Amino acid sequence: MNRLAVRKTLKLFIGGAFVRSESGRTVACELGGHVMQAARATRKDARDAVRAARAAWPGWCGRSAYNRGQIIYRLAEMMESRRAQLADGLRASGSSRVAAQREVDAAIDRAVFYAGWCDKIEQVLSTKNPVASPHFNVSSPEPTGVVAIIAPRLPALVPLVSTFLPVIAAGNSVVVLAGDADPQTAVNVAECVATADVPAGVVNLLTGCRAEVAPTLAGHMDVNALDLWLGDEAVACALHDAACTNLKRVRRHKEPDASFWFGPDAAGLAWIEPFVEIKTVWHPAGV
Amino acid sequence: MSTNLKTTSRKTRRPAAGEGRPAGVRLTADVDARITVTAPGAAVWQYAPAPEAHEYIRLAPQYDLFVGGTWVRPARERYAPVIDPSTENVLTHAAEAEEADVDRAVRAARTAYEKYWRRCPPASRAKYLFRIARAITERSRELAVLESLNGGKPIRESRDVDIPLAAAHFFYYAGWADKLGYAFRNTEVEPLGVAGQIIPWNFPLLMAAWKIAPALACGNTVVLKPAETTPLTALWLAEIIRHADLPPGVVNIVTGGPQTGSALVTHPGLDKIAFTGSTEVGKDIARACARLGRPVTLELGGKAANIIFDDAPLDQAVEGIVNGIFFNQGHVCCAGSRLLVQESVHDVVVAKLYRRMQTLRIGPPLDKNTDVGAINSRAQLEKIQSLVKSGEEAGCTRYETQCVLPSRGYWFRPTFFTGVALSHRIAREEIFGPVLSVMTFRTPDEAVEKANNTRYGLSAGVWTDKGSKNFEVAARLRAGVVWGNTYNKFDPTSAFGGYKESGFGREGGLFGLAPYVRRVS
Repeated sequence: MNRLAVRKTLKLFIGGAFVRSESGRTVACELGGHVMQAARATRKDARDAVRAARAAWPGWCGRSAYNRGQIIYRLAEMMESRRAQLADGLRASGSSRVAAQREVDAAIDRAVFYAGWCDKIEQVLSTKNPVASPHFNVSSPEPTGVVAIIAPRLPALVPLVSTFLPVIAAGNSVVVLAGDADPQTAVNVAECVATADVPAGVVNLLTGCRAEVAPTLAGHMDVNALDLWLGDEAVACALHDAACTNLKRVRRHKEPDASFWFGPDAAGLAWIEPFVEIKTVWHPAGV
Repeated sequence: MSTNLKTTSRKTRRPAAGEGRPAGVRLTADVDARITVTAPGAAVWQYAPAPEAHEYIRLAPQYDLFVGGTWVRPARERYAPVIDPSTENVLTHAAEAEEADVDRAVRAARTAYEKYWRRCPPASRAKYLFRIARAITERSRELAVLESLNGGKPIRESRDVDIPLAAAHFFYYAGWADKLGYAFRNTEVEPLGVAGQIIPWNFPLLMAAWKIAPALACGNTVVLKPAETTPLTALWLAEIIRHADLPPGVVNIVTGGPQTGSALVTHPGLDKIAFTGSTEVGKDIARACARLGRPVTLELGGKAANIIFDDAPLDQAVEGIVNGIFFNQGHVCCAGSRLLVQESVHDVVVAKLYRRMQTLRIGPPLDKNTDVGAINSRAQLEKIQSLVKSGEEAGCTRYETQCVLPSRGYWFRPTFFTGVALSHRIAREEIFGPVLSVMTFRTPDEAVEKANNTRYGLSAGVWTDKGSKNFEVAARLRAGVVWGNTYNKFDPTSAFGGYKESGFGREGGLFGLAPYVRRVS
């Protein structure tokens, strides 16, 4: 007789801990031939996640860029050691063996890519300005703060990591609402994050219904930027409108084809720039 | 007062508490010590009037809209008076653009974009912008006089700051026009198309330069709406642009009020909105652009903290405080309107500030000795008065420059409040006038926390002789521009713009180009 499998409870990842929704609600999803219950985040869970992200942010952006790079590289290591788990998750939600493995490998490579970006961002995006007065003057990027990401639905893994990795590489903390197609993969990613020395609260991953959670994140006064991946223009407009309450920086995208996420435009500096602020510092030069 | 005042961190003897106090000033150890001066301004030298000549500038009775390279009458032939705020005299009248006029301007800009500007060799775009820069310099005195006449700002500032910086801005961005490949390495970019640009009344020509120069350098055409109260220098700029032989419609200037602005923001034919003004209006514009899916950059309000540590060169810091809040009557979005003073030097800083304030000369904007000119409009004066009243009602102690104000025009004495709490309206709301709120702190952590405790994040100042403290605090301040041991310095090569509700996007420097291009993928 085959050994009976131990199934995993799919929880939210808030402030470095795996928690059930405060409401106790779940949403059923069929994965790998059986029905699983994923946590269904509420508005309160979203607010808790923002609070955790805010609390974690000064420590995260206060670390050296080198250290942030090491931690994101460590995340790649954790993903590498969980390749099988990540691939099984994708196969459970319908990917072929080949497609699943390809996606996992791309996701890991993306983490390595952004690990290397951490200590380059400031160099590439800084200018020393030749002002006409006797002053030392530099403009350089700083993280925007707490960023909420309404992640693309499909595929489940590469878009999820492609959206949040550049944002944390720049020194922001994030609250990510994963697409509802495959909550198990979101939890698998959270497990990688949880074991990668990423400080608690820097990455918060929620699963649930967009319609319930996204408006809270979009309108939240302590969220500084919003990354929207939505096919529905009307919904995106409504969320963008809510984001104007405190003038969040908003990046709006329609959900691209799956192939986009494996192409050259799916990663790079353009993914970091929307989530940094340029600060200019002046000081007199002379005696 | 002058931005040219030297505020370098030269090593100075640290003054003892109470040193240099003005005659009759009584200081106690109490943080809220009330300071009295028995003979206000007694030691101040009197100056003879030194008015800048302006008679040679002849204003027409009314001005039309600049559309498609020519002057056109507004569709409904409506003109609004343009006031000299220092006398309330009507200087002239400026057209009030309606929806139909805005539409005409946007069409002209679109035609110019398709027909001329996007095909114009980048090196020629550069040369046009260089021409404009040169022409502004050539006509700088005339423009300075107009700016002071129409805006109420001291001629010393319009002559030494506004106009030279406007020319410098065109000169700087001129050079970028044929070097965009170096600005956006690894990325192919193209212009957005037609940009709608709305600017405020505090630095009319300078803001026009900040908007037009980078947009044109990147290959866009523009429709610019100057502020309702200060259209004159923008109209002169239109004439300069006409004389520079720019293709018709590359720059269009439509005067008018809020209705003109909203017609522009929502016009379907635009590819971009750039706005400088209040946070409230900025949010409305952000929402309108969200609905339209239109790129927008916003440079909005501020409530900047100017932080004075006990080891700061205090005399220089006091100059910086004065420059930070009284420059341009405090009509500056990045004004240092919240003074955070380390508790141990509060009394001495307040005493020095009070004494320095008595030497400010408030009077005719065109007088070359004037430090503080007229408030820009009656509406703005009333806003300042109401916020100052709220400060008094909250129990804060009010100090002001003792001086006689002209009987006509809009005037407000340079003012500061002590005993201000973070929760007071005068510590939270942008006053946009010569009013400073003084608060105290004990530790650097407290200074940073108080400085960041605002919805705004445009600018900040840090005064300390300790370099490492300056770096540390500057890095922790959530503001787009941080001045260390100086304040209110501007340069076309240097990025300017806010964090949080002070807006997004940058103007000036390399970063000022990005809002006017899109990536070609």
